[in-house]
Amino acid sequence: MKLLIKGGRVVDPGSGRDEIADVFIADGKIASGKGKADQTLDAKGLVVAPGLIDLAARLREPGHGYKATLDTEMDAAVAGGVTSVACPPDTAPPLDEPGLVDMLRRRAKALSRARVYPVGALTVNLDGERLAEMSVLAHAGCIAFSQANVPITDTQVLWRALQYAATFGFPVWLRAEDKWLSREGVAHDGEVSTRLGLAGIPAFTETIALATMLQLVRSTGARVHFCRLSTAAAVDMMRAAKKEKLPVTCDVGIQYVHLSEMDLGYYDSHCRLDPPLRSQRDRDALAAGLADGTVDCAVSDHTPVDEDRKQLPFAEAETGATGLELLLPLALKWGASRKLPLAKTLARVTSEPARILGVRSGRIEPGAPADLVIFDPALAWRVEPAALKSEGKNTPFLGYELAGRVRATIVAGRVVYEQA
Amino acid sequence: MSKVSNNPQLNANGELQHLLSTEGLPREILLQILDTAESFAGVTEREVKKVPLMRGKSVFNLFFEASTRTRTTFEIAAKRLSADVINLNVSVSSQTKGESLLDTVANLSAMQADVFVVRHASSGAPYLIARHVKPHEHVINAGDGRHAHPTQGLLDLYAIRHYKKDFTKLTVAIVGDVLHSRVARSLIHGLTTLGVPEVRVIGPQTLIPEGVAALGVRVFHDMRTGLKGCDVVVMLRLQNERMNGPLLPSAQEFFRNYGLTSEKLALANKDAIVMHPGPMNRGVEIDSPVADGPHSVILPQVTFGISVRMAVMSIVAGNS
Repeated sequence: MKLLIKGGRVVDPGSGRDEIADVFIADGKIASGKGKADQTLDAKGLVVAPGLIDLAARLREPGHGYKATLDTEMDAAVAGGVTSVACPPDTAPPLDEPGLVDMLRRRAKALSRARVYPVGALTVNLDGERLAEMSVLAHAGCIAFSQANVPITDTQVLWRALQYAATFGFPVWLRAEDKWLSREGVAHDGEVSTRLGLAGIPAFTETIALATMLQLVRSTGARVHFCRLSTAAAVDMMRAAKKEKLPVTCDVGIQYVHLSEMDLGYYDSHCRLDPPLRSQRDRDALAAGLADGTVDCAVSDHTPVDEDRKQLPFAEAETGATGLELLLPLALKWGASRKLPLAKTLARVTSEPARILGVRSGRIEPGAPADLVIFDPALAWRVEPAALKSEGKNTPFLGYELAGRVRATIVAGRVVYEQA
Repeated sequence: MSKVSNNPQLNANGELQHLLSTEGLPREILLQILDTAESFAGVTEREVKKVPLMRGKSVFNLFFEASTRTRTTFEIAAKRLSADVINLNVSVSSQTKGESLLDTVANLSAMQADVFVVRHASSGAPYLIARHVKPHEHVINAGDGRHAHPTQGLLDLYAIRHYKKDFTKLTVAIVGDVLHSRVARSLIHGLTTLGVPEVRVIGPQTLIPEGVAALGVRVFHDMRTGLKGCDVVVMLRLQNERMNGPLLPSAQEFFRNYGLTSEKLALANKDAIVMHPGPMNRGVEIDSPVADGPHSVILPQVTFGISVRMAVMSIVAGNS
């Protein structure tokens, strides 16, 4: 199968390349030369870029099939131009044994749309007490180990988990949250939570945990990726940690660079997120940190939630927002607001997450896997339930007009999505 | 990237469609409620304590959280307006059978309700209900979590106006557990809208919420300093479950620092009034001689509560 993408604006964030060119694909890889194509896609007026790599998308399998299925969410991924997803282990049961990981990978492979990279549980059942069999899980295909949104409260266990992971060079992905401090909280502790009468989650819930974790990185040498930073203070701490040359990286949920606690309005449960939306100052610091590279990449934090679990009083509503199909337009919106070149904007959702995952995709160069997205950067569309393939229609952006529509998605040289 | 949200309490003509919070209510509507309540004050003293304003209308008291006194005053108010009242204690019926909040409301709505009086343990629950009722149905918030208790706030405003006449020269102190208090929030918004120049909150750091100054209040941790020059002292109820734990060491120690005694009250203005939303914990937030003393208007507050609730119900029902 040979594919020719003709006349598009080819943007390769890794090298900064941005020019009108053809891309030739053979045997699932970007080819250096040109030959006779079996299929040609006309990309005139469109952007041709590496497919998006999303480090946090809940596909709800195994276990939460009533919220969404692997089938629908893989459709959502490729419709959003996402060609690789890492999925956190907070499935039911959690990804803490190789059989589950193997099953997930097989199911994903059979659907042959986006590539799926399972993140294994760091502790058995995510209970924060016993270490999961990391070597066995890595052999089954886990690319990192994580506690998802269930922080370890026992710091002895956290220390040992990082020591053990460091022994074998396994990356550990952590959310910085002090569970004692966030207990009962449902919104950022501040003016808005006080006005709405919602129990608060102080910003230092994140920084206290982050300080502990950074100290453990210092003593164990573990490679840690911090997930979903939410505060300005945490961005500052990451900046200092990187200056110190600690082996750390971090990401932000793309919603968090656009929204703040003000968006809760009159208890909009679509804004019930974990971590919570914080102050406008925090939002601005996250957006700036993502631009200057302190924050390495942006993720969708895709979490499909069924309507019944959102149509509840704010504190009782389930956390999370759907995001796979919004990652590209929201990244473009962020880049446009900061006047960044397109290559730099796209780096945060392609080459940078690829570097953290340690994969060869996320770039357009000879020999790299042919995982590509072709999109119209200017075409605006309205976010509404019918426009989303995901089973989860829950997003604070419902009703927004966003620019950036995917026309085609290619994984391993095969067209897996084409806009009708 | 904020969305513009219309005030969900007002209809297209800017009239009161639901009463969900005192926050965001224009001054004119607050005064309309207080004036209407005043006109009902006579009714409650007559031999036949009824007016026919809501004859044929149904008021559903929908209490997802236990309450005796608030539910009773709403019931009396509705009956004095000649409405039919249905009391539903939902915490022991459908919710325990797993029915969702919105399903419960949809079912009751099918029974032809005109007004829902809602109490719920979760902040914001009445907003969710108001978004889903039919256009001719009205929601009155009778207390949601720690967010709002607007009829209590209004009856407090009524009492203050009754005794002090002019809002624009007053200093008002609200003392105790502000963190968990929906009464405090509703009163603060009402006072600032009506032009009270100084609203104070007094309590230990553990019971004063983050960012409360943004509501337009001054924070005091020392009660003696905070009471100086006050015209109105509002004591808040301290819930039993908060008396020993991470927020406070004991009820006795709380009383020592923040209980209202005659000695502390003497620091306020000579003609200061003392209010409490009830039920009181004597010897915890307030000393008996003060609760029963000449400055106390705690029992008149209860009487005013009926006229205020009559006013709110008749106004929303009249805005169909």
